Amino acid sequence: MSKEKFDYFINGEKGKYEVVIGLEVHAQVLSNSKLFSGSSTKFGADPNKQVSLIDSAFPGMLPVINEECVKQAVRTGLGLNAKINNYSVFDRKNYFYADLPQGYQISQYKNPIVGEGKVLLDMPYGSKEIGIERLHLEQDAGKSIHDMDPSSTYVDLNRSGIALMEIVSKPHLRSPDEVNAYIKKLRTIMRYLGTCDGNMQEGSLRADVNVSVRKVGDKNFGTRCEIKNVNSIKFMQMAIEYEANRQVELLEDGKEIDQETRLFDTKKNETRSMRSKEDAHDYRYFPDPDLLPLRLEQKLIDDLKKSLPELPDNKKERFIQEYGLNSYEANVLVSEKEISDYYEEVAKLSDKKLAATWIMGDLFAMLNDKGLNISNSPISAKNFAELVQSIKSGEISGRIAKEVFEIMVESGDNPKKIIESKGMKQQSDPKELEKMINEILSKNKDKVDQYKAGKEKLFGFFVGQVMKLSGGNANPQLTNEILKKLLKG
Amino acid sequence: MSLDKEKIKHVAKLARISVDEAKVDSLTKDLNSIFKFIEQLNELNTDKVEPLTSILNQSLRSRKDEISDGKIREKILKNSPKKK
Amino acid sequence: MSNITNQSLSEILENIKSKKISSLELTQAYIKNIENAKKLNAFVTTTFDQALENAKKFDNKPNNEQLLSGVPLAVKDLFCTENIKTTAGSNILNNFVPSYESTVTKNLWNNGAFLLGKLNCDEFAMGSSNETSFFGNVINPIGDHLVPGGSSGGSSSALAADLTPATIGTDTGGSIRQPASFTGTVGLKPTYGLCSRWGIVAFASSLDQAGPMTKTVNDCSIMLEAMSGFDEKDSTSINKKKETYSKNLKDNIKGLKIGIPKEYRVDNMPKEIDELWEKGKKILKDLGAQLIDISLPHTKYALPTYYIVAPAEASSNLARYDGVRYGYRSQKGKDLIEMYENTRSEGFGDEVKRRILIGTYVLSSGYYDAYYLKAQKVRQLIKKDFDDSFTKIDAILTPSTPSSAFKIGEKTNDPVSMYLNDIFTVPVNLAGLPALSLPAGLDKQGYPLGLQLIGKALDEQKILNIGYAFEKNCGYKNEIKKWWS
Repeated sequence: MSKEKFDYFINGEKGKYEVVIGLEVHAQVLSNSKLFSGSSTKFGADPNKQVSLIDSAFPGMLPVINEECVKQAVRTGLGLNAKINNYSVFDRKNYFYADLPQGYQISQYKNPIVGEGKVLLDMPYGSKEIGIERLHLEQDAGKSIHDMDPSSTYVDLNRSGIALMEIVSKPHLRSPDEVNAYIKKLRTIMRYLGTCDGNMQEGSLRADVNVSVRKVGDKNFGTRCEIKNVNSIKFMQMAIEYEANRQVELLEDGKEIDQETRLFDTKKNETRSMRSKEDAHDYRYFPDPDLLPLRLEQKLIDDLKKSLPELPDNKKERFIQEYGLNSYEANVLVSEKEISDYYEEVAKLSDKKLAATWIMGDLFAMLNDKGLNISNSPISAKNFAELVQSIKSGEISGRIAKEVFEIMVESGDNPKKIIESKGMKQQSDPKELEKMINEILSKNKDKVDQYKAGKEKLFGFFVGQVMKLSGGNANPQLTNEILKKLLKG
Repeated sequence: MSLDKEKIKHVAKLARISVDEAKVDSLTKDLNSIFKFIEQLNELNTDKVEPLTSILNQSLRSRKDEISDGKIREKILKNSPKKK
Repeated sequence: MSNITNQSLSEILENIKSKKISSLELTQAYIKNIENAKKLNAFVTTTFDQALENAKKFDNKPNNEQLLSGVPLAVKDLFCTENIKTTAGSNILNNFVPSYESTVTKNLWNNGAFLLGKLNCDEFAMGSSNETSFFGNVINPIGDHLVPGGSSGGSSSALAADLTPATIGTDTGGSIRQPASFTGTVGLKPTYGLCSRWGIVAFASSLDQAGPMTKTVNDCSIMLEAMSGFDEKDSTSINKKKETYSKNLKDNIKGLKIGIPKEYRVDNMPKEIDELWEKGKKILKDLGAQLIDISLPHTKYALPTYYIVAPAEASSNLARYDGVRYGYRSQKGKDLIEMYENTRSEGFGDEVKRRILIGTYVLSSGYYDAYYLKAQKVRQLIKKDFDDSFTKIDAILTPSTPSSAFKIGEKTNDPVSMYLNDIFTVPVNLAGLPALSLPAGLDKQGYPLGLQLIGKALDEQKILNIGYAFEKNCGYKNEIKKWWS
């Protein structure tokens, strides 16, 4: 594959601008109960059903940390090749809001649980490393419902207190495409680890996007704006696009960029300044006196490291080495853990390369068509492997295989059974074929003579006859060979 | 350092407490005398002292990841001044 | 029995056990006392019907195996009590009825006691005279013009006036020991983490500790045993084996080393307090203890440190009182922010607001390092002072307060002079140590004065033993005329 060149720049009259992006991703931790209380984290319950006295900040209620959330953060940190901090501290971030019952969010400020790490992106112009600044644990807020009654706001605290991981990248991203690749890569890693389901519709993955622009070649960063709480990759890309162009326009006009927080309006496709609150940023962080510093034993970290599943980067390498796939194929097949599992199961029982081709081709097309995931594919990996093997062994032709595949999708049946019951097996026995061809040639002596006299396009006629006689099951390649040989003789 | 009325109003805003204009003067006086008292700490050089994060010399205890709470909507809303 | 309520908790327990009195008789006697003592304003809520029910239940099926069998107890209104209004002395919680019971009170009930009522206190435990309560000030039974101390002023007043056989308070900077000292009673602030904070309305989380207030040291050990213990719902609770303080109480203190810190002799301290301290030293020495002069050099800075740390934590702990989910809500205000501001302005009293403002300021951007961080560094130094001293000694003896009970209204206009009341009690909270205030004598006006014994972390048994020995040899008897009934 020839490598493309990176070319996301904004051209102004005064020069060519580069866009600098950093993300603060909020990933909901997969756990049964909340970070500091025993209420359920399940999505979609009736309002205020999954709320404890702790989540709703009743007097005298105290937080106790969920050990699984700590482990999930460590696993994620390890998956991001990051430094795990043996000592971290929970702080209170103080601000008033109706959906924040305590009047503060428990978060980590000076001492996060995870330090610097990195993520590798596969871009068309080569691989690119994105630095991770930190990952910390914090509580999610509740949800204000403004549209139930014009005069009041209602509060649903089901989400209040659910554990989030805030993953802060370094400002290493340079285009909406890189943001897309980065979010997807993070999501893949967390799904492999089982630490976050990455479901953006349900809000389990959201991001604040920091955008600035600078002239190509400049060493210093421009003034950045933060676009808050964007919950889809598409919107992130649109917001960046809009925001970067807005900033370039300002600079081109000789104006300054205000460092500020902005919101992305998905209807108008623009970012706009959030109402400036002069005190909005004085969060008065201080260590939460209801909690003690979190000291992680090195053994716990080591044990978690040992129990980590194989991660996409390693798996990709292995697929290339072990299965002879090319980088593109390996990338596609490791993009989701379920896909890679499916592929491996098929590959173990059949031809590895052919399996990859068929999975990425017909299987993906069918799943896409039906709106299904690989985990609920109508064709089991075992049956799929048999289909691949039937093609590889020449038992059926590629054309027939497509028919068998269709029947498998409808019936869920085993391909052998389908091939047999429908008589789709390819005739590949040379003796049988020779017998059949001799029979045809003897019946059509006149045509044989014409062929031998030079009318070579009659060859197609003979092939047709063979197919007709075999009910379409004659191995085409073999038929050609034998036919040629016998016509010569 | 001395606290002026503007500063006090700003802090009150942060703390979401409305301050009665008539009381600002006496509040300013009280807070300034308290801060004068507090600022005795400036006599001490603490450059090489680690701040105390917790008085207890133990690590944070954790709980198992089990659903052991919630489903008490009535209890949560019982004291609510206004509810739906 | 002519005067049941005059007795100590341990005497009462004996009498119940031996069936000399029934739980019902006892409860009725206290109810009568309480009804006759309305002038003291010690109670915010009484739970007489429920108490009488519980007493009858006990008498029908007495279980004398428990530490507090059949005893009615009134507790500070800072402990959340299930289905009983809990106010923290504040307007903002004046209609709040918890659906849960604090761990500490639950421990008392599990040991056979039952609730008699909720005791007045300074609003959110912020005060040293019980004058900041939304429900009015409490009067000291010692004299109708005197404050009972604070913040557990309702507790000290009720105990001294025989309105409850024992009680519990909370101590963030002296709120158990100072009122105990002002009323001639015994008060213990346990080691931070010994009693669960779960279900106690929080003031300053890193300093708050619940503790017993009693008539005798023995009573104190019984109450501490009943109320303390590990609680997995409190992350700062210490996980250790439960101790049997009352069984292990002994008065032999021979050979114990008692530290006498020179920094506790402050300017303008009344002569009587100095004399009382001398008397205490002599008693302990005569009992075979060894007195050792020690230095706690950062003592002077404890109070300024406290007035940064405690308000900072309080400003955050009290942010939850916003009128949204429970408590008082202002009817004024055109949007959410105004609703908050008016609710909190109308719901909190002046002292609470003052401390919230101090706390907000010391944490705010640009001031954090100069105040909050500085205070946490000094707190480290104060803790180190104690750590260093305790390598050489078993306990420390100091006065409990720099004065006896003062007059109602005397210090309300001068916050700093009010704060100075806690000068001897605050260092202990900052260091997380246990300390016991013992009645030791009277000043020339005839008002009680207390001495304080400070122990190592989790060394409650030792200071109780020293206190027990001291009590036997001190010859102090709290005699209060019941002028109010």
